[in-house]
Amino acid sequence: MSEARETILTLKDVETHFPIKKGVFKRTAGHVKAVDGISLEVYRGETLALVGESGCGKTTLGKSILQLVKPTGGKIIYNDKATERDLCRLSQKEMMEVNRKLQIVFQDPQSSLNPAFTVFGSLQDPLKTHGIKSKAERRKIIGDLLESVNMRREQMDLYPHEFSGGQRQRIGIARALSIEPDLIVCDEAVSALDVSIQAQVLKLLKDIKKERNLTYIFITHDLSVVEYISDRVAVMYLGKIVELAEVEDLYASTMHPYTKALLSAIPVADLDRRKKRILLEGDVPSPVNPPSGCPFHPRCNQCQDICKKVIPSLKKFETNGYEHYSACHFAEEQLSQ
Amino acid sequence: MNGTKKKITRLEKKFDRILMREDTGLIKKKKGSRAFRKLMSNRLAVAGIIIVSVILLAAVFAPLICRYDPLKLDLRNKLQKPSIVHLLGTDQLGRDIFARIVYGGRVSILVGMGSALTSAVVGVAIGAYTGYKGGLLDNIMLRLSEIVMAFPQIILVLLLVTIMGQGLRNLIIIFTLTGWGGIYRMTRAQMLSLREEEYVQALRAFGLNSFAIAYKHMLPNAVGPIVVNITLSTAMFILYEAALSFLGLGVPLNISTWGNIVNIAQDLRYLQFFWWLWVPGAIVISLFVLGVNFIGDGLRDSADPMQQG
Repeated sequence: MSEARETILTLKDVETHFPIKKGVFKRTAGHVKAVDGISLEVYRGETLALVGESGCGKTTLGKSILQLVKPTGGKIIYNDKATERDLCRLSQKEMMEVNRKLQIVFQDPQSSLNPAFTVFGSLQDPLKTHGIKSKAERRKIIGDLLESVNMRREQMDLYPHEFSGGQRQRIGIARALSIEPDLIVCDEAVSALDVSIQAQVLKLLKDIKKERNLTYIFITHDLSVVEYISDRVAVMYLGKIVELAEVEDLYASTMHPYTKALLSAIPVADLDRRKKRILLEGDVPSPVNPPSGCPFHPRCNQCQDICKKVIPSLKKFETNGYEHYSACHFAEEQLSQ
Repeated sequence: MNGTKKKITRLEKKFDRILMREDTGLIKKKKGSRAFRKLMSNRLAVAGIIIVSVILLAAVFAPLICRYDPLKLDLRNKLQKPSIVHLLGTDQLGRDIFARIVYGGRVSILVGMGSALTSAVVGVAIGAYTGYKGGLLDNIMLRLSEIVMAFPQIILVLLLVTIMGQGLRNLIIIFTLTGWGGIYRMTRAQMLSLREEEYVQALRAFGLNSFAIAYKHMLPNAVGPIVVNITLSTAMFILYEAALSFLGLGVPLNISTWGNIVNIAQDLRYLQFFWWLWVPGAIVISLFVLGVNFIGDGLRDSADPMQQG
């Protein structure tokens, strides 16, 4: 990695809380803290993986970045080389311009395409709103897009139910690419596909990234996918980032017990090398009333008194010459284990 | 294994025959949409289509099939029993009942379909947008529809008729005002489930405006239940018109409608001794409503892709 990296997206204390309404008068009884104070920088041209188990707020964070879900606090600053803009405070018109540059690929290939329209029908409207007026031109662009995701031009006149899951996911990618974005949020983009198709789509994503100089935020719960595609990894737990590092660095010198547990869960295709499995007990605690102190302490096998009282902040360390962030009171002790 | 031939089952024979016919080109690719074919293979729906279209055609070409003017009084021949001269007899003023029913169909069907269509337009237009957008506007419209629907519809209609006066146009307006709630709520419910679909989120990520998303992209996915609802409410409004006319508050009595024809049965004398004055009208109302309901049911089944037909 080069030294002077240009940030494309800066998140500062982003919070997305959902109110829980109760009773006849819709009194707010509490908040689901889906994303709870995340600060993060995304560099131009990298792939940042967001990992974590179900319900930890990965998808909400992805949608908050695109303003599909309005964040309740914090700043999301987007740098398009010329200007820096806070996405949370943009007017609708300004957001339209930014929408050209930020796109999303969804998880479920079943529901990500409109069943009532042909592929051309669903893909042409975004192009129309972004200023491509002639139909012939739109047909050409969509045809080119389909070819770039290894599909045939003529397939634009078919309906979604005529495609397989992998094909539909590739159409979803083509749609995200259609207005030439800088940054794509891939929200579990391959989780719903079977393994052989996963590999195909991942390779496609990688090739496209190289070709078009894209930045990915890759949301996933599958750590073997992370290893293949990403440059940096942010591990999330209960709406917070607990560890952030370069991918090799994270695998080599893990600095958070939660990440350790996640890594130990990757199956290894080697019968002789038995890995020690760290089993996490219980579920993710409710994001309505997060535990006091470190959110991970009820499930942590190295929990001490301080963990129950003090919330650990995301501290910067240096391992193997890389920046490495960890939110554990005993981050350095983790290294020696 | 030991040389015995595998027994060919009946099913396999049948399959072989189908394959053979396919090879020789006897089976052609089925034409028309799947939903249409499914509707056509539903016997009740086809019966409904036949009944409804016969009545519709009769109403449209009324002058060609009626020998008499439905408004012409003939007091010398009043209360005639059905005969060759007057197919269904004459009423208390000597008007030909067959002609009255055929011409009355024009008004009744117009009121029924017109009210169903206008209330569908109003309900869908409001429901699609507010259902997608949510928020304050959605809340206001929801409460408004609840207020309208909380009144017994017939009482509200009676009230409005006395305020606005009788007449064909007023009736359609009143039926629309009191009847948009049902289809609005159904459209809204459809939109609520559709707006969580990922393609809607994707369109939002492109910055498309809400009108385009709601009306152009989401509405086509909700159209099946809406069409069914329109046919069913057509039947309902025809019954309402009949009920109102029966009470004497519908279309003015000098215009013949199905309701006005049945209206005569209020008089016990006619009800008991002159059955041909009201029985044919009642039968036609029932047949038409039944036919429309059959079509509605058939449409609902054929629009449901999960159901095999």
